[in-house]
Amino acid sequence: MNTPIRRLALVVFAMFTALLLSTTWIQFVQAEDLRDRAGNRRTLIENYSRDRGAILVDGTPIAASEPTDDELEWLRRYQQPSRYAHLTGYYSFTYGAGLGLERAEDSLLAGTDDSLFYQRLSDVVTGKPASGASIELTIDPQVQAAAVEALGDRRGAAVALDPQTGQILAMVSRPSFDPNALSSHQLNAVDEAYVALTEDPAQPLTNRAIAGDLYPPGSTFKLVLAAAALESGQYEPDTELEGGLTYTLPGTETTLPNFGGAACDPEDTPTLAESVQVSCNTSFAWLAGELGADAIREQAEAFGFGEPLEVPMSVTPSIYPEEMDDAQLALTGIGQFEVRETPMQVAMISAAIANDGVTMSPYLVEEVRNSDLEVIESAEPRSRSRAISSETATDLTAMMELVVEQGSGQGAALPEVQVAGKTGTAEYGNSGAAHAWFTGFAPADDPQIAVAVIVESATDNWAGETGGQIAAPIARAMLDAGVQR
Amino acid sequence: MPVTATSPTPSTVTSLKVRSGRTIELLLLLLALGIVTLSYITVNVTAVGELPADVWWHVGGFAALGLGLHVVLRRRARYADPLLLPLATLLNGLGLVMIHRIDLVPGQLGTSGVASRQLMWTALAMVMAAVVLLVLRDHRVLRRFTYIAMALGFVLLLLPMLPVIGQTVNGSRLWIRIGPFSFQPGELAKIAVAVFFAGYLVSTRDALSLVGRRVLGLQLPRARDLGPILVAWGLSVLILVLQRDLGSSLLFFGLFVAVLYVATERTSWIIIGLSLFVGGCLLAWRLFSHVQSRVTLWLDPFAPEQSDQVAKGLMGLAHGGIFGAGLGNGYPYITYYANSDYIVASFGEELGMVGLFALLMLYALLVERGLRTAIGSRDGFGKLLAVGLSFTVALQVFVIVGGITRVIPLTGLTTPFLSAGGSSLLANWIIVALLLRVSDAARRPISERRQDPSIDAAEREEARA
Repeated sequence: MNTPIRRLALVVFAMFTALLLSTTWIQFVQAEDLRDRAGNRRTLIENYSRDRGAILVDGTPIAASEPTDDELEWLRRYQQPSRYAHLTGYYSFTYGAGLGLERAEDSLLAGTDDSLFYQRLSDVVTGKPASGASIELTIDPQVQAAAVEALGDRRGAAVALDPQTGQILAMVSRPSFDPNALSSHQLNAVDEAYVALTEDPAQPLTNRAIAGDLYPPGSTFKLVLAAAALESGQYEPDTELEGGLTYTLPGTETTLPNFGGAACDPEDTPTLAESVQVSCNTSFAWLAGELGADAIREQAEAFGFGEPLEVPMSVTPSIYPEEMDDAQLALTGIGQFEVRETPMQVAMISAAIANDGVTMSPYLVEEVRNSDLEVIESAEPRSRSRAISSETATDLTAMMELVVEQGSGQGAALPEVQVAGKTGTAEYGNSGAAHAWFTGFAPADDPQIAVAVIVESATDNWAGETGGQIAAPIARAMLDAGVQR
Repeated sequence: MPVTATSPTPSTVTSLKVRSGRTIELLLLLLALGIVTLSYITVNVTAVGELPADVWWHVGGFAALGLGLHVVLRRRARYADPLLLPLATLLNGLGLVMIHRIDLVPGQLGTSGVASRQLMWTALAMVMAAVVLLVLRDHRVLRRFTYIAMALGFVLLLLPMLPVIGQTVNGSRLWIRIGPFSFQPGELAKIAVAVFFAGYLVSTRDALSLVGRRVLGLQLPRARDLGPILVAWGLSVLILVLQRDLGSSLLFFGLFVAVLYVATERTSWIIIGLSLFVGGCLLAWRLFSHVQSRVTLWLDPFAPEQSDQVAKGLMGLAHGGIFGAGLGNGYPYITYYANSDYIVASFGEELGMVGLFALLMLYALLVERGLRTAIGSRDGFGKLLAVGLSFTVALQVFVIVGGITRVIPLTGLTTPFLSAGGSSLLANWIIVALLLRVSDAARRPISERRQDPSIDAAEREEARA
């Protein structure tokens, strides 16, 4: 019986070998993937045992960790939640690092990022408790505050950029939420708050400035068309366009009226500059057909359409439609049909015009410092591309100045500061409700700030309200704060 | 006067003197107790920052039990294998440490007292091991109880099905409860069945391996030889299936095939056994939804809307990594059944891959000493008993650790000596006591062999048959 016993011993050997291999597989090969899995409570508790880095605006923390006595050693607190919720995001034990910078820069804040390797090493050697890096933002608190106050309770979003650097000076989305409710250690209350937020039809967790549903840009898209026309070399600001009282969409019997049924020009031949100034629908619908879809798309892409962008939160790429007939092409000329933009993209277009035609990459993180306050990352402005020539930029600026001086955007005018801008009223659905837009920059001759503002369902278009009346004053508050910084 | 080559001389007599191994056993036992004591202190200092007053009581009591068993071996089983007791003591001690550690959940006042209960069961189990060694002077006596063991095994397996005392825990009806005590009789049934298999097969092995027809190159035995054991095995597996105890079904099946193979020395049994096993698995998978969900979890532990038991264990193991979070420094209590079915994941989290390797080596060594005892044993019954018992331990470790680490689908089983639970401890200490008894007989020099006329007569009869 000894031979089979020896063979059985080989079977036992094989069984234990299998266990050694499976253990190695899980604890060595797969370990990192498993640790990084969403909802891994061990990793979360482990993260709570470290002092998570602060998020700062102008040196003042807007998110920071406070020591506590309970099992989760640190409590995340947000100082001005109503103002900065969509920038910070939340850090919740149950739901992890969500939205905003808490999510986008989680590894830096948690102190697990590779760039903090030497910091961690020295912490171990010196016996210092491990801690995360802190992040200083590009946000200008005055511009941010102005945007928050001016938007008030209205649903919408506002973005402000420094056109020369791409620094994001303000980013606001409304309605907002209180991240403190999600970071609390009262886990039941956190659950209730989270369910309430996710089930709220107003979607307060959505950052409408960069990641909401994309919006129809309405007349703000006329800037892209005007840019494409000037860039084509066949149009000058004083080139006369065809624009009557109405425009019959090619291949249909549908007529497109001007806003309020008004004529754009006594002879029905407004110039390009006049068309921008009075936001003429018929001439831009006609111009879209003349330029063709490819030229418009190329210009839109030069401004950043269709390209993924991280600020470091992801910005949903804006869309210029692919397939369309002539009637639909004409509609894209006034920012309708399936043209969809984020407020960030709209702000980038104004910023490019303000920056002599060059688009800068927008960014939100100015500096990253480790717990010894050494700077480990410092942002450098990066240009993305030249969207338009310098001359085109100058021509467009002049047209946009007229919009604010005499046209639809007078609500954005500032005393003693020349403002350039463009309004938009974007219809959606068939109700006549429309989103109100304003985008622009100031001062026109030395741009310090470029903005985009959208107020959702702000106006009843059929009642003759315009985007300029509602969105332009909000933009003015931001521009005012921006030129004073 | 010239000395002839055949006549014994004093020098050859001394060279034949067999070492009992008791001194090396004592040294290893002290090493094991030292490791347990240090781990106990580490866990307390890390998790609560100080040593609770009852630590010395616990450590001292446990050391006294281990040393007491050593004294019993010195008196009553001088030649027993010297590694078995230190290995079992170390595993049991580490189990106590981890159960105590899981009692100390931060932020919770006091402890659930599982560790104290486990220490009580440890005392009972080790005293029971001593009783087995004291009462059972020769393992061959057990052979007389072959059929009684079978009956006992059935009774034990059926006990949980009785009304009033039977208890259903987590969907499996495996427990009996009398007053404050709950017990899993199936753990002891394992030993009874091992005794029955060994006793029955040692008598019928020749008939099973030599008489019968060859079909397709396989030697098939006569029905009257194979029948009883097939019925016994079939019934026990049926009961376990009814009780929804997959792990034990697997254990009994493996035990059956292994002992049958060793007894008959016919590879055909392995082939038949494995085919039956695969068929049984497919059948169970088709018939039972709880088997299907186990398979789903095995293939994808993160499958949505399934239990996250396997996933939580994997995350614990991953958190431990290669070197572990350190004793008292992980979060093993996040995993379900952290101190029973999943105690190996708890060890993996706090001691890491290195620690798990060490634990697996302790088990491998324990099994190896058991198989070595079987090889060295001079009687067929002792061989089969030792094989059955040590293979049970190996298979049980494989099934539960393999379930946690996704080698096979998870089936609930205790980890020998480590898991919280009295019945398991009791059964495993009795297994160790039986292995010690068989190894004592195996390693005892011929000059000191005990003579038992009735047993010797039975063996002579068997030799004639």
